Amino acid sequence: MRRDAGGDGAGRVSTPLLEVQGLRKAYPGVVANDDVSFSARRGEVHALLGENGAGKSTLVKTVYGLLRPDEGRMKLDGRVYAPASPHDARQAGVAMVFQHFSLFEALDVAENVALGMEVPPPMRELATRIRDVSETYGLPLDPNRLVGTLSAGERQRVEIIRCLLQDPQVLIMDEPTSVLTPQEVAILFETLKRLRAEGKLILYISHKLEEIRALCDWATILRHGKVTGSCDPRQKSARELAETMVGSELALPAARTQDPGEVALSIAGLTATSGAAFGTELKGISLDVRRGEILGIGGVAGNGQDELLAVLSGESRSPPESVLLGDLPIGSFGPNERRALGVLAAPEERLGHATAPDMSLVENAALSGRRRMGMVRRGFVNWSKARTHAESVIERFDVRVPGAGSVARSLSGGNLQKFVIGREILQQPDVLVVNQPTWGLDAAAAAAIRQSLLDLASQGAAVIVISQDLDELMEISTRFSALNEGRLSKPRDTAGLTLEEIGLMLGGAHDLEIGLAASRPGRAVEAGEPVP
Amino acid sequence: MDLGSINPVLLVAALLLASTPILLAAMGELVVEKSGVLNLGVEGMMIVGAVAGFIAAVESGSPALGFLAAAAAAAVLALLFGVLTQVLLSNQVATGLGLTLFGLGISSLMGQGYVGIRPPASPRLELPVLSELPFLGPVLFSQHAMVYLSLAIVVGVWWYLRSTRSGLILRAVGESHEAAHALGYSVLGTRLAAIAFGGALAGLGGACLSLVIVPQWTEGMTAGRGWIALAIVVFGSWRAWRVLLGAYLFGGVSVLQLNLQAAGIAIPVELLSMSPYLITILVLVIISSDKRRAQANAPNSLGRTFHASG
Repeated sequence: MRRDAGGDGAGRVSTPLLEVQGLRKAYPGVVANDDVSFSARRGEVHALLGENGAGKSTLVKTVYGLLRPDEGRMKLDGRVYAPASPHDARQAGVAMVFQHFSLFEALDVAENVALGMEVPPPMRELATRIRDVSETYGLPLDPNRLVGTLSAGERQRVEIIRCLLQDPQVLIMDEPTSVLTPQEVAILFETLKRLRAEGKLILYISHKLEEIRALCDWATILRHGKVTGSCDPRQKSARELAETMVGSELALPAARTQDPGEVALSIAGLTATSGAAFGTELKGISLDVRRGEILGIGGVAGNGQDELLAVLSGESRSPPESVLLGDLPIGSFGPNERRALGVLAAPEERLGHATAPDMSLVENAALSGRRRMGMVRRGFVNWSKARTHAESVIERFDVRVPGAGSVARSLSGGNLQKFVIGREILQQPDVLVVNQPTWGLDAAAAAAIRQSLLDLASQGAAVIVISQDLDELMEISTRFSALNEGRLSKPRDTAGLTLEEIGLMLGGAHDLEIGLAASRPGRAVEAGEPVP
Repeated sequence: MDLGSINPVLLVAALLLASTPILLAAMGELVVEKSGVLNLGVEGMMIVGAVAGFIAAVESGSPALGFLAAAAAAAVLALLFGVLTQVLLSNQVATGLGLTLFGLGISSLMGQGYVGIRPPASPRLELPVLSELPFLGPVLFSQHAMVYLSLAIVVGVWWYLRSTRSGLILRAVGESHEAAHALGYSVLGTRLAAIAFGGALAGLGGACLSLVIVPQWTEGMTAGRGWIALAIVVFGSWRAWRVLLGAYLFGGVSVLQLNLQAAGIAIPVELLSMSPYLITILVLVIISSDKRRAQANAPNSLGRTFHASG
């Protein structure tokens, strides 16, 4: 066994591989990085920790040559390092695995890898090398498969192998675990530890505190574009790290209500094909959700979440008897008919699916609420009612906008999500289905949305929350179930579930070790970085 | 009715030539769309190629110069579209439609003094011995050079997209421009090059029409072939071989129905005239009926505006 070079005792004295001094990058209206300095050495997993918009992504994009800093300089291995493009960065030995995968779905694995290399070998040789490297690092991958058919974890492997084939000195990983199951996280950590032992520097961006404490040797903490501290994360508690990172106390949601009522909505043995290329087929889905409870549906992205939402919202029709609202068969009903009956839905994609991006909040309120809120008479929209509805959503859910006339596109992700959820909640649904309700939101907005979902359930509505954030589901759901390759596991009471059980529900039955501490990320902050 | 008057040898020989303008334009548009750009101005670029090639050939007396001028003129027009849509970020659909209208207009202006003139003849490439073969000779070895060139282009485009690094980058740009940008590839450069190439091929197709097939200059002589080329690319689900099939099918049925009309067959002329469009689209729809596979082959960023930021 190899010694873990980046582990204990080495201290912070050896010469740094990467030095960043006084980096500044400003966009109109916001300073993304302000006088950022840090240094990192070989054989180290160096965490860049911070909340949404803290400037982590801007910082690593600068290191990777995608952005040019306004001020400041960098040194790599003692030499001045100023990459003008990612090509320069890759030639200097800096590689990056992106937060939102930079992969091409319609191309196969080998082609995707070739695109990330400066001088790729011929395709056949490349395929052999991909097999070799993937076996060496325990990341099995078939070079000939189309990336569109791979799971999120496998896609990440493609990215990592693409980087490893270049034999980089610095590997940047931007939120690598946000879409992985606990098992996949464990495999990833093994790979990273092996790379560390080989003397590589890994810049690890995350806001998941437990993960950083389990893996990283040193952490640089950012807030509002500035470095607010650096420490050895293993010496600090998650609480201390969170406070340096967030700078304020978090409002945690109240405890969930119990005593669910009668079954509000049920699905039995539903099978549905997906309309989209690379979509997932739903196979034998059965579920029921009761009044007063939140049914949490976990699973890694691309396992049928979008398809399940479409089946529940009425966007894809199914045989009438396969979806029952109480005793009423509604499988063949479209979204409008279901809305009239009190089955409302808020899809994941906020711009373009949940809202029409270029229409005002008033119009977007009318689009979803026109039936239940009585906004339409004889085919004419009563705009003053629509405006009242939109304004009450804005007020009740603390949506920060200049007014209800603002177009949806102009809202930040968190504000728009509050509007989308609030718009449905104020229609007093009997059944509400939401997909990824807090994706990309900061801690405060996410907590507000979770609280409003809990409130809704406690008022007697049945709520289905589809989410990839396990902590969120553990926190708010009464019962938990998971989607894997279009199959839904049998729902179980959330109370008393162990991490291993959850992992097996999420990933199907892989014969893999469970990633322990790694998979309990701190819930303090949620994924996603706003685009500057 | 006299079906005996239809000579199958001449029919097939005519088919290959008649399909060439559409085939060239469609191969150009295939490359453009694979890079993620929807250029609806094929018709305009073809007709500008037709008139520019005609003028250059008449003035210089050399058909070869005419073809070169046609490719260059249409490429310049295509680059106008490229600058508008890629640099100034105008809407691709509207700009493409505008390009067609502009091309039709400027071509009739340029062609004012050239109506009714015959261009210098461009001879067939008679391959010695081979062209004497029965049937195969006239069909395969006695065609105009542009027929051979267009087939070489089909093979070239197929090989380029499948096997070369630059073809891979082009497909990547068309598949996800953000991801290609993140890897450091020039989305703008790739797309402008593809647009210029597509324009040049459309121009060649137009010149093929005015210099070889018709051969003279008339206003609006492309008569919708640019639109057919666009449709063939989509219904051929962005595959070079299917586009070839579609173009030859369309050309073949066009020639056949003219022969049938001449033979006085008892089918209404209107039905015969619509048959090439109908049959081409039906056949291509059927072979690309697997919706998922067709979607997987469609460039994902097709028609979407790309602006590098952050």
